[in-house]
Amino acid sequence: MSESAITITNLTKRFGDIIAVDDLSLEIGWGELFGILGPNGAGKSTAVNILNTLLEPTNGSATVDGHDVVFSPESVREVIGVCPQEPAFYPHLTGRENITLMGDMHLVPKDVLGSRVSSMVEKIGMEDHIDRKAKEYSGGMIRRVSMLMALVNDPKIALLDEPTVAMDPKSRRAVWDYIRELKMQGKAIILTTHYMEEAQELCDRVAIIDEGKLIAIGSPTDLMETHQAKNLEEVFLKLTGKKLREDV
Amino acid sequence: MKKDLKKTHREPAVLFLLIIFPIVLTIIFGFAFGGIGGGGTTSFDVGLLNLDATSPQAEWSMAFIDNLTDSEVFVVHAYEDNTTGQSALLQGNLDAFIVIPEGFGDSIVSYYGSPIDPSSWTNTTIGLYVDSGSMIAVSAVPPLVQQVLMNTVFGSDAMTLNLPIEISSPALVESSTFSQWDFMAPGIFAFASIFLTMIVAQSMTYERDEGLLKRLRTTPVSSADYMVSQTLTYMIIATVQVALVLASSFAIGYRPATGPAGIAFTFVIALAFSLVAVGFGLIAAAISKSAEVSTGVSFAFIMPQMFFGTFMPLGGLTEVIGKFMPSKYLTDAVTTLFLRGAPITTPVIWTNLAIVSILGFLLVGVGIVLFEKFGSR
Repeated sequence: MSESAITITNLTKRFGDIIAVDDLSLEIGWGELFGILGPNGAGKSTAVNILNTLLEPTNGSATVDGHDVVFSPESVREVIGVCPQEPAFYPHLTGRENITLMGDMHLVPKDVLGSRVSSMVEKIGMEDHIDRKAKEYSGGMIRRVSMLMALVNDPKIALLDEPTVAMDPKSRRAVWDYIRELKMQGKAIILTTHYMEEAQELCDRVAIIDEGKLIAIGSPTDLMETHQAKNLEEVFLKLTGKKLREDV
Repeated sequence: MKKDLKKTHREPAVLFLLIIFPIVLTIIFGFAFGGIGGGGTTSFDVGLLNLDATSPQAEWSMAFIDNLTDSEVFVVHAYEDNTTGQSALLQGNLDAFIVIPEGFGDSIVSYYGSPIDPSSWTNTTIGLYVDSGSMIAVSAVPPLVQQVLMNTVFGSDAMTLNLPIEISSPALVESSTFSQWDFMAPGIFAFASIFLTMIVAQSMTYERDEGLLKRLRTTPVSSADYMVSQTLTYMIIATVQVALVLASSFAIGYRPATGPAGIAFTFVIALAFSLVAVGFGLIAAAISKSAEVSTGVSFAFIMPQMFFGTFMPLGGLTEVIGKFMPSKYLTDAVTTLFLRGAPITTPVIWTNLAIVSILGFLLVGVGIVLFEKFGSR
């Protein structure tokens, strides 16, 4: 196991003239739950997509469990679990089959997979619905299944991109409990979110990103104290002069 | 692979297109075309072996050959021996093979020596072998040859009279029991698999658009592994299709003129053809912006193969176009086995298999490269 779970050094990603991630540097430790906050288009998902090997950086580097995302993408994929912003699932499969499929893709041994899936489903409160076809699920159920699909390989590092969007409060609480349990197991977790209370509730540290740049980093409490704000929304407002969630 | 198979049997539209449709097609066409039909063609390739070329009455056989050529219905190819000619016929290179027997000229001379006394004639039989894989040849060649023979003996005033010369027609006797369905059945095997192209294109574009491919690309499974798994899935479906088409054909009374080896070969070449269909599907997915668009694009690959490579009558320009359709080589191979009754060792079916296999691997390769480059973003 490497010293840091994730090391990002001067990371830049351009799409033509647009700079999606601008000279970002971060270090995330094992057992740390790290939040990335920012408005739509801030570069959160781009940063996560570089870490999960879907995108290559224009400049800079990133290592995940010591593996370079550009030069050793296969090794990176073995240690990560990715919950994408848009839940991607097979509607004609049941929730259990979707989760099991991802386990197969991660080469989880068959004798472990079945019991692991059942255990995960129980923790997230989906046992009554898990054998229904996914196309019959509500938005919140799909999000929960999508998160289990990301975590079925018991990853050392979880990359969760807006995992609780469109969830009812009860489901969100169940997911929060689950994420806390992952943290207790020593996993490193990156969580991008729009929900300030979620970041404040869960994250050890947060990075606030705007227009691809890192504008603040620290624990939620420290950031609020430093900027004399009641919450992270206000911190963002003071730092950038604009609201974090224009759409909410 | 498992999820694709589940999708196949859980999605009504996919299930219909891949499984139900071939069965329905087989049964409907089987009943609809139970009676022998007609067709049209401008010329027939005819092989000719003249065993009477060195007799003193050789002028009659030469006249018969000239009349065949002058009829402009036949393109005559001379053969030196029976085996080579029969082999060419079996492989579909000829529409018919004619053997002028020894004593052919003597027969005609004996007729003119005593036109009203058949007991004094020297009887001979012209060997006529027709390509039983060609519905048009079976229907048209024997009467045309008969007409040329009459012209040779009687000139332009040909009449229907007794002659000392008969035309044997072993292939015709056998073929006379064929229905139009027998001629169409081989094309159904290609027809059924052709639609895999659309299913692959829709499936790949859907998985791309819904972010499933991206999700899978964050796992240790490589794109190549995934594509191979997809291809294997569709090969399994193609095997099921062949089995269903065969079973439903048998159920309505169709009996191909081949044995277990020929049936096994049909499965093999259908598997090779499924690669072609998957390759076209991947190419269609690569150039389509959405699953809906991929349906239309798929038909650009499906329609020409349907019209020029399955059971549609071919002749002239359409036959030339057909040579560029992979499905035609599958249809040809199955026709050679199922209709001509050629043995499994017949070279042409292995050539067909080689062509389909090479095209299949090539198209899957091109499809994967194009999809990776343009289609998976």
